[in-house]
Amino acid sequence: MHNAENLKEYREDMQEALDNEFLRKSMDAFAVGYRENRAKAFAGIDERALIKKIADCKDYAVKNNAALMKQFTEEAEKRGVHVHQAKDAEEANRIIAEIAKKNNVKKIIKSKSMTSEETLLNHYLEDENLNVVETDLGEWIIQMRHEGPSHMVMPAIHLSRYQVQDLFSKRTGEKLDSDPVKLTKVARRELRRDFADADMGISGANFCVAENGHIGIATNEGNARLTTTAPRIHVAIAGIDKLVPKLTDALTALKALPRNATGQALTSYVTWIGGANECAIGEDEKKEMHIVFLDNGRSKIAEDEMFSQIFRCVRCGACANVCPVYRLVGGHKMGHIYIGAIGLILTYFFHGEEKAKNLVHNCINCGACKSICAGGIDLPGLIKELRARINQDNGMPIETNLLGKVLKNRKLFHSLLRFGKWAQAPMKKGPYLRHLPLMFMKDQGFRSFPSIADKPFRDRFSEIKPMVHNPKHRVALFSGCVQDFVYPEQMEAAVKVMARHNVAIDFPMDQSCCGLPVQMMGEKQATIDVAKQNVDAFEGTNCDYIVTLCASCASHLKEGYAELLENEPGYKAKVERFSAKIIDFSSYAHDVLGVSADDFNKSSEKVAYHASCHLCRELKVVEQPRNLIEMAGDYAPSAEEDVCCGFGGTFTVKFPELSSTLLDKKLTNIEATGAKRLVADCPGCLLHLGGGSNVRNNGIKVTHIAELLAENLK
Amino acid sequence: MSDLKELFREKAELVAAKVTNIKSMEEAYAYAANYVAEKNPCELLIPSSPSAPQPEFAEEKIMAAPELSDEQYAALAKECEAKGVKLIKDGMRGYMAGIDAGFTIADAGLIETGSIVQQSNGEELRLATMVSEVHVAVLPASKIFEDSIAAEKLLLELMSGVAYTAFITGPSRTADIERTLAIGAHGPLELHILLLED
Ligand code: SF4
Ligand code: SF4
Repeated sequence: MHNAENLKEYREDMQEALDNEFLRKSMDAFAVGYRENRAKAFAGIDERALIKKIADCKDYAVKNNAALMKQFTEEAEKRGVHVHQAKDAEEANRIIAEIAKKNNVKKIIKSKSMTSEETLLNHYLEDENLNVVETDLGEWIIQMRHEGPSHMVMPAIHLSRYQVQDLFSKRTGEKLDSDPVKLTKVARRELRRDFADADMGISGANFCVAENGHIGIATNEGNARLTTTAPRIHVAIAGIDKLVPKLTDALTALKALPRNATGQALTSYVTWIGGANECAIGEDEKKEMHIVFLDNGRSKIAEDEMFSQIFRCVRCGACANVCPVYRLVGGHKMGHIYIGAIGLILTYFFHGEEKAKNLVHNCINCGACKSICAGGIDLPGLIKELRARINQDNGMPIETNLLGKVLKNRKLFHSLLRFGKWAQAPMKKGPYLRHLPLMFMKDQGFRSFPSIADKPFRDRFSEIKPMVHNPKHRVALFSGCVQDFVYPEQMEAAVKVMARHNVAIDFPMDQSCCGLPVQMMGEKQATIDVAKQNVDAFEGTNCDYIVTLCASCASHLKEGYAELLENEPGYKAKVERFSAKIIDFSSYAHDVLGVSADDFNKSSEKVAYHASCHLCRELKVVEQPRNLIEMAGDYAPSAEEDVCCGFGGTFTVKFPELSSTLLDKKLTNIEATGAKRLVADCPGCLLHLGGGSNVRNNGIKVTHIAELLAENLK
Repeated sequence: MSDLKELFREKAELVAAKVTNIKSMEEAYAYAANYVAEKNPCELLIPSSPSAPQPEFAEEKIMAAPELSDEQYAALAKECEAKGVKLIKDGMRGYMAGIDAGFTIADAGLIETGSIVQQSNGEELRLATMVSEVHVAVLPASKIFEDSIAAEKLLLELMSGVAYTAFITGPSRTADIERTLAIGAHGPLELHILLLED
């Protein structure tokens, strides 16, 4: 559970997680193993089509929630179920405690329910002197340890077998073996009496099917089946977002849920319960069955045009499984109750801004969660939007506000960058800055910062602009601020490669920063203002393509702008034209220019590659850069090539501990290839990887892929 | 048909179910009675007294078959008697500590996931398939579907009134401790599917 009061405490919490060696090793093994298992489980399945189907069904369900609730209630009542609606956690807990008291309940068994974690139901019931026993193995373990879950599907993933061994040994009074299989047997034995004795069983529900009033529960252990069978009363608790119209909708979502959660085709049990079933010890030999629907802010989210998509969540936990930040710090640092990308968002809605305000910054915007989400939710996009909302409510932090103001004025921004060149002079050592004069750049010693170039690209362009007659097409370059002012040589290399192919090249001078950094900080208005400026800067250029060497800019310009400017008067058509022309350098060189091996003297240099998040996941460009490398050099694949390098712009400044750990992992994998050259498609990644290599002194030359191509042109 | 059976077998074995082809119900009865007679005694999960040794094992072999027709039950009982296995059809609440086997006839099989569909409206059947160490299910080959969506019509029928329906995919399992797979959590340790040619 996340309880840090401020960013400083939160960072200290995370340092603790980073120092936990078991957690780190175990999370690494999990991340790598999960990726393989998931891929196997989805083999032969049209994943995108399946996700789209789930998203469409859930979108329909959220719009028709009231009607579905009515239909479900009728069907369930027909089958003898008592249906309750609770507006918040307190009310849900009270309803359940009252059912228990009315029926003279003493012992309650529970099967896994994240919704009951959300309402802190166990605490409530225990305060009412009820004996509550969790029966899911992981939940039982954390219940005895008085902890919250660290994963939505595997709640005790943060614990080692030895910790469980100690816990179980204490409970049984015997010295037990640490073998997980044997420990599982102990739980099987210890909990059976509770199943036999309990008066009431509480379960969650993965689905509530309106057409036949059934709930569906997926489990592996079989505890839900016992929980809903042995005691005389069954209470199911479910968020109103669990309603789906038809059985087939639930069956469709079930195709993705276990595959995404654990890489299983299906859980061992899926239990469908429709009504008050036979129960030998119940009144009239019938079970007493209740369903408590929890709102707790959900119907308000349903009305939010942007955030209603979080209703698509099936709670598979996959957004944590693939998250590089989760992998480093574990669940207790990445959500108050719900964990991972969705946990950051749900913390805000269910547990309030205070609990969420530090958490929401702990996302590097790598897009890994979005690419596998079973509901196709734009998780990083929503996290960025939350930052903006929190800033709006609390006032902008001073540096965000300042940067936003500066960015809105391109001339001022660019003069500051030019001025930076003079300010850095005394501390420059070679091409890297050893120390930064800036106050807020604390704890950044793990990588050097590049220095500002003597002459930005915009001042060099007129000298190198190629002269062409009858060009086969026209290109306008978008440089982004890093390449313009820090890495102009990368832009020059690209121009050199293009110049061979008889294309006209232009560089519109009014272009500015793409705006992603201010968006990451949650400064919405500045984000929109610079977007407009850039669209205007290119509107008059009459170009066929807008080429950028920065993967992050490309993805922001191509996908982000359309959304940002959608409702700005006069910009809808303009931004459509603009976005359609955006293309990243590798795709442009490979697919449009059609460069081939014949263009290069293939060098024997071993070249490693870092697949930038925004290129491989947002823009889904995978083959092109690797083919290009192989044309110009000797491509040396490395482990986890597409895992984030840890830069994430503002992320590296806010969370240097995490950022540097990710960077270390990345560089260790690269160094293992033996390559002395590393290329990527994004100046942000290059800045991070180059600076890190400089500090590690590993002798690796880090450049843009365009530079590799330019060097080896025939 | 035999193709479907093979496809089903392949998927069910992937999730640690034991699949055997049979030609008649008689074969199923003999299989179940034999297996129970030869298996290790059942571990009693609720000890008979606080001072009983742990783990404590049952002295007699017990199988439950709650929802067979009288004729089917009589035939199974005969096989069990010959092997010294006690056959019961009700009173499962008296056996929460565990029994050797539960015997059922499944309503459908799903190839995609190697699952069986088991209508479990009756409480005796629900308990018999949960507190037994081995669940033996006969699956008529004619009831094999490609996946749950292909079986939707049948499923909706099963769920038409007050109902309790289960998809069962292999034995119960967990990986909650260090993500190490452990077969046999709160439900059966083994799932045997007898594929009946019909
Ligand atoms: S975008 Fe990346 S860092 Fe952010 S939550 Fe998703 S996976 Fe984690
Ligand atoms: S947000 Fe998506 S990936 Fe995360 S738990 Fe929900 S459905 Fe799964």
